[in-house]
Amino acid sequence: MIPAAFDYHAPSTVDEALALLAEHDDAKVLAGGQSLIPVLRLRLAAPEVIVDLGRIEELRGIREDGDALVIGAMTPHHAVETDALVAEHAKLLALATATVADPQVRHRGTIGGALVHADPAGDLPAPAVALGAELVIAGSGGRRTVAAEDFFEDLFTTAVGEDDLLVEIRVPKHTGWGAHYEKFTRVVQQWSIVGVAAAVRLDGDSIAEARVALTNMGSTPVRAAAVEQALVGQPATAEAVQAAAAQAAEGTSPPSDSNGDAEYRRHLATVLTRRAVLAAAGA
Amino acid sequence: MTAVEERPAAELGSPRLRKEDQRLITGRTRWTDNITLPGMHHLAMVRSPFAHARITGIDTGAAKSASGVVTVLTGADLKDEQGALPNAWAIIPEQKAPEHPSIAVEHVAFAGEIVAVVVARTAAEARDAADLVDVDYEELPVALDLKAAAADEVLAHPDLGTNVSAFWEFDSAAADTGGDVEAAISAARDGGVLIEREYRQQRLIPAFMEPRSIAADPTGEQLTVWSATQVPHFVKIFLALVLGIPEHKIRVIAPDVGGGFGGKLQFTPEEVLTVLAARRTGKPCKYTETRSESLVAAHHGRDQWQKITLAATKDGTVTGLKVDLVADMGAYLGLVTSAIPILGAFMYNGIYKFPAYHLSCTNVFTNKAWTDAYRGAGRPEATFAIERVMDELAAELGMDPIAVREKNWIKHDEFPFTTVSGMQYDSGNYEAATAKAKELFGYDELRKEQQQRRESVDPVQLGIGVSTFTEMCGLAPSRWLGSMGYVGGGWEHASIRMLPTGKVEVITGTSPHGQGHETAWSQIVADRLGVAFDDVEVLHGDTQIAARGLDSYGSRSLTVGGMAVLAAADKVLEKAKPIAAELMEASVDDLEFVDGKFGVKGTDTSMALGDLAFAVFQGHKLSAESEHSLDADATFDPLDFSFPHGTHLCAVEVDTETGRSTIRSYVCVDDVGKVVNPLIVEGQVHGGIAQGIAQALFEEGVYDESGTLVTGSFVDYLVPTAADLPAFVTDRTETPSTTNELGVKGVGEAGTIASTPAVVNAVVDALRSFGVNDVEMPCTPHRVWSTLQGRAADTPAAPHSAQSTSMSQEGQA
Amino acid sequence: MTRITVNVDGTSYTDDVEPRTLLVHYLREQLGKTGTVVGCDTSNCGACTVHLDGRSVKSCSVLAVQADGHEVTTIEGLATNGELHPVQRAFHENHGLQCGFCTPGMIMQSIDLLAENPDPTDDEVRLGLEGNMCRCTGYQNIVKSVRAAAGGAK
Repeated sequence: MIPAAFDYHAPSTVDEALALLAEHDDAKVLAGGQSLIPVLRLRLAAPEVIVDLGRIEELRGIREDGDALVIGAMTPHHAVETDALVAEHAKLLALATATVADPQVRHRGTIGGALVHADPAGDLPAPAVALGAELVIAGSGGRRTVAAEDFFEDLFTTAVGEDDLLVEIRVPKHTGWGAHYEKFTRVVQQWSIVGVAAAVRLDGDSIAEARVALTNMGSTPVRAAAVEQALVGQPATAEAVQAAAAQAAEGTSPPSDSNGDAEYRRHLATVLTRRAVLAAAGA
Repeated sequence: MTAVEERPAAELGSPRLRKEDQRLITGRTRWTDNITLPGMHHLAMVRSPFAHARITGIDTGAAKSASGVVTVLTGADLKDEQGALPNAWAIIPEQKAPEHPSIAVEHVAFAGEIVAVVVARTAAEARDAADLVDVDYEELPVALDLKAAAADEVLAHPDLGTNVSAFWEFDSAAADTGGDVEAAISAARDGGVLIEREYRQQRLIPAFMEPRSIAADPTGEQLTVWSATQVPHFVKIFLALVLGIPEHKIRVIAPDVGGGFGGKLQFTPEEVLTVLAARRTGKPCKYTETRSESLVAAHHGRDQWQKITLAATKDGTVTGLKVDLVADMGAYLGLVTSAIPILGAFMYNGIYKFPAYHLSCTNVFTNKAWTDAYRGAGRPEATFAIERVMDELAAELGMDPIAVREKNWIKHDEFPFTTVSGMQYDSGNYEAATAKAKELFGYDELRKEQQQRRESVDPVQLGIGVSTFTEMCGLAPSRWLGSMGYVGGGWEHASIRMLPTGKVEVITGTSPHGQGHETAWSQIVADRLGVAFDDVEVLHGDTQIAARGLDSYGSRSLTVGGMAVLAAADKVLEKAKPIAAELMEASVDDLEFVDGKFGVKGTDTSMALGDLAFAVFQGHKLSAESEHSLDADATFDPLDFSFPHGTHLCAVEVDTETGRSTIRSYVCVDDVGKVVNPLIVEGQVHGGIAQGIAQALFEEGVYDESGTLVTGSFVDYLVPTAADLPAFVTDRTETPSTTNELGVKGVGEAGTIASTPAVVNAVVDALRSFGVNDVEMPCTPHRVWSTLQGRAADTPAAPHSAQSTSMSQEGQA
Repeated sequence: MTRITVNVDGTSYTDDVEPRTLLVHYLREQLGKTGTVVGCDTSNCGACTVHLDGRSVKSCSVLAVQADGHEVTTIEGLATNGELHPVQRAFHENHGLQCGFCTPGMIMQSIDLLAENPDPTDDEVRLGLEGNMCRCTGYQNIVKSVRAAAGGAK
């Protein structure tokens, strides 16, 4: 199908992009376009203006900044997935990114696009929350930084306002942490039914620190704080992890859809959390 | 001159690489949507969002005045010229059906039905204007649940007065093909074994990869229609019958067609409306559906409830089978909608020697897309039911599922065998195929591993599924079709043209859309006429070239169409022989045809068929009375069906914690009779298995409570990719068919028919030790897990992104 | 209308397009590159896969204006001087296609896959093709074709 007509702008700087967003009331931002273009084709959305960020070089790339990795919002998934810095310092993000959609989509889709799209079944919000990422938003009033846990406000809704842009993702380095993203789907290409992002730091045989967040267990990614706390100081054994993971569904409000009801998702969350944590711990 | 290519000793049986590949791998294809003609208009359809409603008003004003719009047509505009879409198969004389318009006039009966057609200068403008058509509906109560609809709780078509289209019965005692099933059931209740089960054949969507497309050019003397169809000859005759266009003024072309699987065995509303738009505007018109439209409005398949009662003695000998079907027609009867369950009615007894059989089938209307042929068409349903219930019998008796089959199946020395449903099976060797499959599979080792996992209560359980299937192929003897109430025949036609330079054109009435007829027919003709494979060109799918034919479906192309090609080749030789005799001044009786040459026995005088063709072309040495052509036409009408069979074995690992079923190994040994091209046969089996697995594990057409198709895109209708399927081990045994000279049986549907029960039997087998004896299809993780929890999976009908209309900014996937 | 210049299969084209024009529609309708096809609306099926600056993308999910100044390779640009690309040849020799509708996308994605992983296992091939649907082959001979092409390239 063919999208409804729109005006198209491809600014080359963030400031130009912000000016365009301020100028047009009914504008949508095109990042990778891998969700937006299908939505336009199905005519579920028909904006008057499209602001394409694809020509803004300053939004691409991955660099170190002290204790953090800084990832430009327009960095494609494929670059994140294969980047040596990400592999070393934020392996969880690389693993989760590798499960997003399919290779062609990962060549075009971007990390910023995925985060701002904020699909509850999307695979990047949970690792962003688990790793304590900070999101840098540019707006008319300058730049501000929002913690990932505050960034996701509701289904498809984030702290990025209508005239704002997400420009950077700052991921605290988790160097030496084990990581795993456990994604559960019926067919490989599908959106997550439930996903679990887990990162653990081992001290000898026991878990010193753990970060666990869940995909599609609510309208926003859910930090499994009870699990994290229960894991601290525990040995990385199936029994110990299982006991902690049993709390994974606490405080979640998962959806019911054709792939499973809420009760099933709550059950899956406990099983997948156990598996994710054990895999992250290398057990 | 290029050197004459050395031919294999026999083309038949040779794994020839396909002729049709070259254009397909380089993008030089001719899909219908590629066709662009000068001044061509484009169509967009406005479809009902409601499953059941009365149309109270349509305002086309804004659409008509939109940029590029030529006209907007509604049911009111077209009601006097659109005719009614045909159902070609009344399974009983008193079959009921609502009038089936191409465009709704006052009443819509499923969500997706066309209510207006926008004709514009570009496809984009047509789509833009379609959004401006304002339709007022008065919603009506919907008939959705099949069993409730069968009880007439809500009427899908109030004017019809009932949802029941037809009730059809077969009884072996009445037909004198077997005994009385009720007596068998009573006996089983009293000291035997009675297995009673109910199975759900979920609704499937054929999901051919090429969306349907139609282009109609009214500017020539003949109306030319290109359509992405399996059945160009059907389209031609129905355009004539439905729209009153003289048949000789219509040319239909099926160019390259991207898959069908029964889904393009249809005469569609979109074809009628594209032709009507072309006729009204006097310009070429084209319509190409979107994938969403294809999923919503192209016909669906399956959708039945099956109540199965199997009576047996305690040693596992089946004494009777009773089947009660309720089949969902959807909102209308398409071309063969009504007959799909009946095509399976003769196959519920499978490969077995059952003494008594009864089947009843109730065809029911609902407010959903209409169903019709989908790969296997009735036979997968039948095979699923019998192969599932044979496993249940084995479980009940504590027998090995193969042993219980062996106890009941027809032995190789008992063919031909007339079954309890009255079919005469031509040939087969179930013992051989099963033995080979067991060995390739490592059956006994897997059973041991299964036992170990059961004993250790491994969270990942192993299940082994068996499916020993047969099917009826080669649709169909015309006399049989006539006796069953079908309006058409089942013969096929072929022509062979001997060109002056010795090259050969073969014209076939079959209409391939991926099956490789160009290659296989070339092989048949190369062998018969002794010409090189590359010297044969196969033409098809254009009614101006292939004037006669009944097209491709029902695993008929080789068994019927291939035989017609063979018959045409024989006629060429018959015509050539007296001419050769005349030219070589020999007696006809002294000629023999060897290696492409007519030779005079006992001499070295000979004449190649190609030289003969040139001599005929020149005519210099032929008498004036001679026919100056070696070309020949032939038809073939099969004497009977052919019955391929096979043994499919599947090992599934079920993760009892998540409910996920993963196929660990899949082995099949098929017997499809003689094989023309093993490469093509193997490919057909692979694809068939994949579609059968998809029914078992992945696919389901789901409607919500208002009658909206929830699985209206590939986000929610889960067609498996390479990453979701295992490798298959395929092998064959070869028992030639006795119903045709080639000894061939048909393979297009075999894999799909066989694989679904193999997979589900494996899933159930994995869970048997938990007291589970069924999992409804598709066996989703949620369903399996819920079954293990002892509750029904009450999965809400909602798509992935029901919430996604409020999308904020950017894109991910 | 927006003016774009795109190099497609080695030829530079300058055209005016509506911004809403999808790359696949530009290829098919304006350039006549009908070898690339549309199979769905949701970027699931992969039939429209082409290479954009050497990497596989779904041309139904890229706007033609986004390709301005870039290079596109389609199925029609693979063969050189009548010589098939090794992956095209492998699909033919291993019966990796039936109806052929998914084939252009399959071949384009297979080439990308092999560029990233020249010697993939069966499972790696299957996962690398997770964004491409085929309804005919059951994928077995597609996997075989890609493996064969990998072997042939060594």
